[in-house]
Parts: sequence; C-alpha cells; structure tokens
Amino acid sequence: MNEQPMVAVRDLKVRFKRGGKTLSAVNGVSLSVARGEVLALIGESGSGKSVTLRALMRLHSERSTTIEGRIDIAGQDLMSLSRSQLQAMRGPVAAMIFQEPLLALDPVYTIGQQIIEAVRRHQPLTKAEAKAAALEALRRVRIPSPEQRLDAYPHEMSGGMRQRAMIALALACQPQILLADEPTTALDATVQIQILILLRELQQELGLSIIFVTHDIGAAVEVADRVAVMYGGRIVEQAPLAELLNNPQHPYTQVLLGTRPKDGLHKGERLTSIPGAPPDLANLPDGCAFAPRCPRASDVCRSQVPAVEEVIAEHPVSCHHWNQTSVHTLREHHS
Amino acid sequence: MGKRDIGGPAQPLLKVEQLVKHFPVKGVLGKRSVVRAVDGIDFVVHKGETLGVVGESGCGKSTTARLLMQLIAHDSGELVFDAMTVGGHQLPLRDYRRQVQMVFQDSYSSLNPRLTMEQSVAFGPSVHGVSQRESLERARDLLGRVGLEPTRFAGRYAHELSGGQRQRVNIARALAVDPRLVILDEAVSALDKSVEAQVLNLLLDLKDNLNLTYVFISHDLHVVRYLSDRIMVMYLGEIVEVGPAEELFAAAQHPYTRALLSSMPSMDPSHRTLMSPLTGDPPSPIDPPSGCRFHTRCPHAEAICAQRKPNLHLTGEEHYAACLMVEPGAGHSQSPSGVLLLKEA
Repeated sequence: MNEQPMVAVRDLKVRFKRGGKTLSAVNGVSLSVARGEVLALIGESGSGKSVTLRALMRLHSERSTTIEGRIDIAGQDLMSLSRSQLQAMRGPVAAMIFQEPLLALDPVYTIGQQIIEAVRRHQPLTKAEAKAAALEALRRVRIPSPEQRLDAYPHEMSGGMRQRAMIALALACQPQILLADEPTTALDATVQIQILILLRELQQELGLSIIFVTHDIGAAVEVADRVAVMYGGRIVEQAPLAELLNNPQHPYTQVLLGTRPKDGLHKGERLTSIPGAPPDLANLPDGCAFAPRCPRASDVCRSQVPAVEEVIAEHPVSCHHWNQTSVHTLREHHS
Repeated sequence: MGKRDIGGPAQPLLKVEQLVKHFPVKGVLGKRSVVRAVDGIDFVVHKGETLGVVGESGCGKSTTARLLMQLIAHDSGELVFDAMTVGGHQLPLRDYRRQVQMVFQDSYSSLNPRLTMEQSVAFGPSVHGVSQRESLERARDLLGRVGLEPTRFAGRYAHELSGGQRQRVNIARALAVDPRLVILDEAVSALDKSVEAQVLNLLLDLKDNLNLTYVFISHDLHVVRYLSDRIMVMYLGEIVEVGPAEELFAAAQHPYTRALLSSMPSMDPSHRTLMSPLTGDPPSPIDPPSGCRFHTRCPHAEAICAQRKPNLHLTGEEHYAACLMVEPGAGHSQSPSGVLLLKEA
C-alpha cells in the first residue's frame, strides 16, 4: 500500500469499568483499511469486534472507558480531536450503521426529517435543497416510492426497509468510510441477502471503505475483500478473503470455518467442535486467550501472548504453533 | 418409565390435522383484526425422525412449536399422538406433556433463577410423581449425560453458567421426564458458533442413545440440513413445502423454498450472490395476500395465483409442495396439464 490508508489503528486497547471490575474488551488491535476496501471483522460475542468499531467513532462513554493506542481516520488523529471536531467528523468522514434500526432511528421524527437534519448540520443547504438530498439518499438505497417514504416514521416501515433507511441516513453526508455493526443479523434470510448486495453495490458506486462487523462468515464472504478474525479482544488472524477461507492458519479460525463448510454441512458427519466457551473479559488468561480451548496449546501458550507474525505475505497470524497440523485432523476433545 | 409404543413403528408419533391459531390484535383506531399465525396446517412427525421446520419471522414456526407443546390452546384442529387424540380421555394433557418436551431459544429466561441446576432438572419428574430422591438422582445422571460434571454443576445457579452450559441444562431438563418427542425451538440460535457445534453433537448423541424424535425449528438452513431427515417450509402461517432434507435442498419445488435456499450466503468469494432472489420483506400475517400467500413476491405469479389457493400436492416420494405450478390442471401456465405428465417427470 503506497497510499495513505483510510483507517489506521495501532495497538488499540479499550477497557471498561463495570461494578468494580475492569473488562479488557480490546487488547492491542492493529489494523488498516485502504481507500475503497472492505474489511470484515468477525468473531463471537465478547470478542471485541463491536467495541473496536465503536472506538473508531469514539462512541464509548468517556467516564467509564479507557482507550489507549492510536487511531487515524482519513489522516486525522482521532484521539486528539476535540468534541466539536469529532462531531464534524461523524457524518462527512465516517458514518455508522447498526444492527437494530428501530433503536438507532428516532421514533418521533420521520425518515425525511432525520436525513434533512443530518445533511443541514454539515452542509449549508436550504430546506428545499436538503429535502432533495434526502430524496436522493433514499433513492440510492433503492427504497420503492421514496417520495412517500420521506414522510414515514420508522415504525411504519418493515425491517428491511428500515435498514435501507438507516443506510440512506448514514450515507447522506457522503462519508468516506462506513462502519457497519452487524447490519444484517436481525434480518430474515431473504432480506439479509438484499441488504448485503445493496452494501456491495453502494461500496462500488461510491468507492467507500467499509468495516463490516459480523459473527456470520457467510455474510462476510458476500461483501469483504479482507477478513480479520477476533478472539478475546485481539485479532488472531487477518488475510484476504479467499486466502483466509482456503488457507486458515489459526486453530480458532479453522474451528470457525469448520462450522460452515463450503459445500454445506452433511448429515451424519460430526462437527468439529472445541470444548469450553469464549473467555471472561474481566479475567483473561495470561497467555493466548484461546489456549484453554486450543487442541495445540502448550506451556508457552499459557504464559505468553503470541506475537503477530506475517507467516505468508499479507496474512498475519498470532499463534505460537501456527505451522502445526490443522485441527480438522485432530480428534475431538471433550471437557 | 418404559416407552409405550402404541401404534407400532409405522404409526406417526404425532399427527397434526388442520391446526389453526389466530391471535386477536388491536389495529389502528381500535379496529380489531387477527394475526393468522398458524392457518390450517397438516403434517406428521414419524417415530425416530428429526423434522426440521424453517421459515422467516412471522411464518408461524414458533407458534406451531407452542401449539405442539400445548403451551397455548389451538382454535381448531387436532393433535394425534401415537394414535391417541391429545386432550381426549385416552391421553389427557398432563400425560401428553410428559411425553413431549421443549427447549427454548433463550437459555437464561427459561431457567428459574432461584433453583440450582439439579433442582431445575429434578422439578419435572417430581411434579409427575417421582420421589424427591429419585428425581435428584436422575437429574445428576442427566447432567452428566449432557456433559456437565454433576459434582461441579449440580449446585450452581443459572447466572453462574455460560450460555452453552445453560442450554445443556435445558436439554437435560427436557429429558428428565423421559419424553418421546423433543421440540427444539431455535435451541442453538443464540449460541456462539464454536459452542453451537458442541450442542449439535450432543443433540445427535442423545437422540441415538435415548431413541428420541425431534422437531427442530430454526431460521438457520445450514443447521437444519445437518440435523433433519425431513424439512418443512412455512410461509405466513401455512406449509408451502415438506420433503426429505437432501431432496428438498437438491430439487426444491416451491419458488419460495428455492428463494430461501438461494438466499443462503455462498461461502465462495468467486461465486457471490449477484441477484437477490426476492425483493421486499415478507408481508404481515395480519392481512395475508389472497390465493397463494406468496404471490406478491413470487417471480412466477400469474393472475390465477391471487385467486386460487394451492394445496399441498405430492411431487415425489414423501415430497409435497403447495404451488399451482405443480398442481395438475390448476390453471397456471406452468401447471402440469394432467396426471400423465406427472408420471413422465
């Protein structure tokens, strides 16, 4: 990459204080996203994927959260921005869409009013110009009869339509980067694929950079150029999409892919499973967070956090034993 | 408790006939209307099989589960369990519920927070007249079977367990009364992928060891395909297709089933889904479309589809679809013209 990346994160750490405990949600994440690139952050609940995403807009409450590390978005050092600079950045530079549009949209304003407010906040437009911009935004996300939808309240729309409206709102100020937090998880299968295709088309039309957080590898495959797999607040493996699918190196990635093989699950075959559950963020193990569940774990895994090594070009992995046998060939372990 | 197999292996374990459940809702301006959650469905569950039920939100799959369990009463229709009418004098509800158990999606809210895991599992048998001591003994045995070491887990409360562990307890509790049929309503949907695999493997083992029959309800087609012998597809309170799992995946007959299958992400970056098979969202079950309920989204819909309601029609061995395009002489331009054509195909 000779060009400056759209998003560059170095050694990001996020901790929350909750009832006397400290939750280490993100523990040293480094990533970069190029202009026009789609990065999928995948992981299970508590892996730190959504926390990382929200840190990129500094959405966490400052009182209960400690953030360390460096975040650059479109060349600006995010951590040094003042409150008003941050607000100027949210919208025209980076915008976010969420899993549940009914919670993210304001129930007492129409879709049109919400988009017009956002547009006028960042651009000196007249009401009529802003309304035209809002109409254009709804048209861009292919909402049928957009003129009528301008006056609709969120509760009057179906789930898929609301998600489109939220995407329209996010894109109304022409951001360079879209941060998407599980935008299709709450949707039905036939609607989910429509939204995934829409995001992919908009990304190409507008040359957007996207960070797409999901727990569903299938959704990531539909939109991502590159995938980063998170576990216990760290990125354990990162690679271009096809490379990650065909040549996963980290045992956790291998297990995750094993639950969703390319040719489907077949009856009678046993699933590759690992014992245990994702780690407790208030009480992370000393070494590799995956060690307690890992079939390859040895003493060094339990005491030292593995370094991130670029084992193959553009394919960094964080595992002490990345070059050992694939876990698919190991016998199943039971706790 | 011995298993009372009454009708023999050929007798379906559960037979559902014209089951209907409508929920009254207050519409806009106090106008009363009904949600046609389940609108006249017929199906059977064979002994020892896993019947998968799929469909999108509002299709009635969870209402069906609750009706099967008789957690809510149906408006009309009949449930016949191993040749006995449920709720009749041969099989009062109390006896039926001992033979049918259910596992819910939310593992936390379905456990009593004030009971230990061992008490939770023992509760069912003691209600059904098993002595306290024997119930607890059975609970410990079952906790062991679902992979929770009783000495470590028996005395714990729900909040002290992870989601996967709680779901194991829920499975143990369902099995505690020695049921013949277990209804799994999105039972693995809330679990993380790495934990889901453990629970699916457990469900398969238990089914073999305890001779169980499953009704497995899920929105996740991958998992349904993995677990099911037959799959039933629902749309807006009706069954649109039912058939053997692999055949349904290979040769779906109903356009909705085909759309649902091609909505699954491809898992192959060089063959991404380019066109969405359907546009829009499923309509509301409050005022479902006339005729075939799918006609508003169906790429093959013709005028006749809005008028004539298709019935489930045999298209292959144990494979039924409710679409005018498979019904001979139904009036759709693609309907087979007569019985002869069906034989050729």
